[in-house]
Amino acid sequence: MMLFRAGKTHPYPKNRIKLKKRVADGKVLKFVVKTVSFRGSSFVLKTVVLFFLVTCFPFTVNGENSGTKTHDAYVSSGLGDGRVLIPFLADDVTSSSICGLVYNGLTKVDKDLNVTGDLAERWEVSDDAREIIFYLKKDIRWHDGKPFTAKDVKFTYQAILDPSTACPYVSGYSDIIDVEEINENTVKFVYKEPYAPALLKLGMGIVPEHLFSREKDLRRSQYARKPIGTGPYRFVEWKSGEYMILEANEDHFVHPPYIRRYVYRIIPDQSVQFLELVSGGIDSMELNPYQFLYRSKTGEFNDRIEKYRYLSRSYTFVGYNLKDPILRDKRVRQALSYAINEEEIIDSVLLGQGETTTGPFMKDSPYYDHSARSYGYDAVKAAMLLREAGWSDMDGTGILSKDGVELRIVITTNQGSQVREDTATVIQGQWARLGIKTEIQVAAWSAFLNQFIDKRNFQAVILGWTVPPDPDIFAVWHSRSAGKGGLNFVSFSNESVDELIEKGRREFSGEVRTKIYREAHRLIAEEAPYTFLFTPYALPAVNRRIKGIDPAPAGIGYNFIDWHVNEQDVKYRF
Amino acid sequence: MKKYILKRLFMMVPMLFGISVIMFVIMHLAPGDPAGIRYGLNPEVSDTAREEFRSMYGLDKPVMVQYFMWLKRFVSLDFGRSLVDDRPVIEKVLAHLPATLLLQASSVLLIFFLAVPIGIISAVKKNSFFDRASTIFVFIGYAMPTFWLAILLVFVFSFKLGWLPVSGMRPWYVQYLGAWAQLKDLLAHLALPLAATAFGGLAALSRYSRSSMVEVMKENFIVTARAKGISEKRVILVHALGNALLPIVTILGLTLPVLISGSFIFETIFAWPGMGRLGYEAIMHYDYPVVMGVGVMATFLTLLGIFLSDMAYVLIDPRIRLEGRK
Repeated sequence: MMLFRAGKTHPYPKNRIKLKKRVADGKVLKFVVKTVSFRGSSFVLKTVVLFFLVTCFPFTVNGENSGTKTHDAYVSSGLGDGRVLIPFLADDVTSSSICGLVYNGLTKVDKDLNVTGDLAERWEVSDDAREIIFYLKKDIRWHDGKPFTAKDVKFTYQAILDPSTACPYVSGYSDIIDVEEINENTVKFVYKEPYAPALLKLGMGIVPEHLFSREKDLRRSQYARKPIGTGPYRFVEWKSGEYMILEANEDHFVHPPYIRRYVYRIIPDQSVQFLELVSGGIDSMELNPYQFLYRSKTGEFNDRIEKYRYLSRSYTFVGYNLKDPILRDKRVRQALSYAINEEEIIDSVLLGQGETTTGPFMKDSPYYDHSARSYGYDAVKAAMLLREAGWSDMDGTGILSKDGVELRIVITTNQGSQVREDTATVIQGQWARLGIKTEIQVAAWSAFLNQFIDKRNFQAVILGWTVPPDPDIFAVWHSRSAGKGGLNFVSFSNESVDELIEKGRREFSGEVRTKIYREAHRLIAEEAPYTFLFTPYALPAVNRRIKGIDPAPAGIGYNFIDWHVNEQDVKYRF
Repeated sequence: MKKYILKRLFMMVPMLFGISVIMFVIMHLAPGDPAGIRYGLNPEVSDTAREEFRSMYGLDKPVMVQYFMWLKRFVSLDFGRSLVDDRPVIEKVLAHLPATLLLQASSVLLIFFLAVPIGIISAVKKNSFFDRASTIFVFIGYAMPTFWLAILLVFVFSFKLGWLPVSGMRPWYVQYLGAWAQLKDLLAHLALPLAATAFGGLAALSRYSRSSMVEVMKENFIVTARAKGISEKRVILVHALGNALLPIVTILGLTLPVLISGSFIFETIFAWPGMGRLGYEAIMHYDYPVVMGVGVMATFLTLLGIFLSDMAYVLIDPRIRLEGRK
């Protein structure tokens, strides 16, 4: 806009808001908001001071707090409201991430996505791998002050397994035969068969027995909206559709977090989130590639906000219906994969903010096999394979055909994802170069699932999977998951892969599992039931006053309790 | 008269019932169901878990059975619980209703107090510069895409000038503000959504007032009034305006359902926690109880609004008689 000089924004509210308010019980609420303006010497002074602090006190840069003060507030934002704040009932991203701050599980995942202890100090897997004993940390308290014990663990898993709870994730725990309280600080899980993903699944948030056992229906209890956990943050307030507020738990067993308040603001539009981020209304958001590359180049943006980038834990793919007469032939699928130029898709659709991938595991995980077959763009190979499979352009129409049937593929994808729709369009162009007629069909999510996926009524789909830290791929790649309601909707069935998946589930040794899953990766890549397209980058942007952020395979939020703000940068003073 | 009123109110019941059946059936005609939306393609949720979810909420029963289950609860004024977060529908609606009422009521008032004068003055000074300029102005507001206008307002007034907050209804630290500060802050948050909503709504009412006034000004009694020597100001403001307002006041009755409907587009852009988002998200998540709850409320208010409009007409205009009584 030429009407206004670029770079001059005044965040609302303009100056310091300093308020004192006496509340009913005689306490005085004090509050100060400090906003930073970028004209004038105060900014230069701040930069100079900061520069000296950074050079003379390097440990501030390293992410260690120079003191143990808990102050300021961190305002994050998201598109959706929470639903239910009970960990094993939370089925949306917002609820799950809030639960992650309010509750702890027996285990958690560290920065490199390895399983490590959270409420549990250590654990022992029995020789037959059917029993796991967890030794819990001592002196942990619930937010209401009562002590955390093994009884809470037993109660939580009993609730998960109780059919009347209707826990959606129960299938991950259905092999548990018994949960035994050995003593106050020791719990034993007994499984029907060895189940390696257990260590990760047992990271589910633990809920307080002394409170929850009194509730008949957890979903309708007060705790669904007022959680009580052991986590670094305790719940304060939830205004439906507006925001949620959490407060630092001073008695947290690791250490009290350094940021006093965690606020989650619901802002359903990404452009508005961006405006809020730059004007200081929020402290972080997930940028889309366009915002990351083009809207955040100004000095003003970069003075205040830091951008981060790491591989997101997901991948997007083209899935081929292996029951389709045309796609049944492996050579056709491989040819289609060679005909797709993944780099072109990443550059045009993601503006370069992604990486190619060749299999169902994360590139930076040990299970990914970099030697698996990669279907980089090779038009010659693609044409050759199609010819081998009997497809040629005999009647000069420019479209390949075989036995009088045209090579026509319908790509179906869901409405609401511009990335997937654009990807389909790019692929349509790429396949057209080879003489393949492609049509694109976009359906609303519900219809997409109901009419196309569930009924296996499709040829090719463009979808994405999130990749959990545990490499167990049973749900998507085992032949038993190809039945009704299963997620192996392409009907992939390979005996060797089945065997590997079954072995991998029962194997607790990291080394052995790595070998198993790498082989599975190679086999899957060879069969090409999917064309693995790309893994996008996650592009979070965070206000620079927040220190201690350290991007790793797990993202940036894994060490939230270590994030801190230096005294002079504090924006919200309570 | 009383008989007529009672008859009208009584007729609303079968209409409400009929519309609720149609709403329920149409919702269920859409392919898919809440279980699919929530748990479809989630590797951690098995098919049995999805089936459990369906049976828990009675979604596996035939549509008409589900309808009667809903109706049975509804007549005892139990709107049921949301399928998304198990909160009572009434609670969800009441949490979002004040925000929408505030915005919509202010908007209706603002539109009324702007559009009617614009219309009246345009009629009196027909084809003058004011008339033409105001016509163009209101039609620009009408034709402009609302989401574009909304983002533009936010960009100019919040982002660049910093006069107003970017989004939301109140800041998360609202409890720290004193009562006066809270009011000021609420007005600041209300300003842009109000401007965006009102701008689009000016056209209809102002054109309607204008044409109504033009019609009245042509009447014989205006000529008589002028002949009697009444000042032009009185002729316009008392004799003409009074009659011109009749149709307008009755139209206001029809804005009753608007008070609770809220606009999804605005509420998304301004992060306004209103009924628009509630309704849209309920529809997208196949949250049948909430959709029915909001839908029935809107239907009832529409029927009531029409009824009040009709009644107002009868009461205000002595020329109108009920049912052609002599």
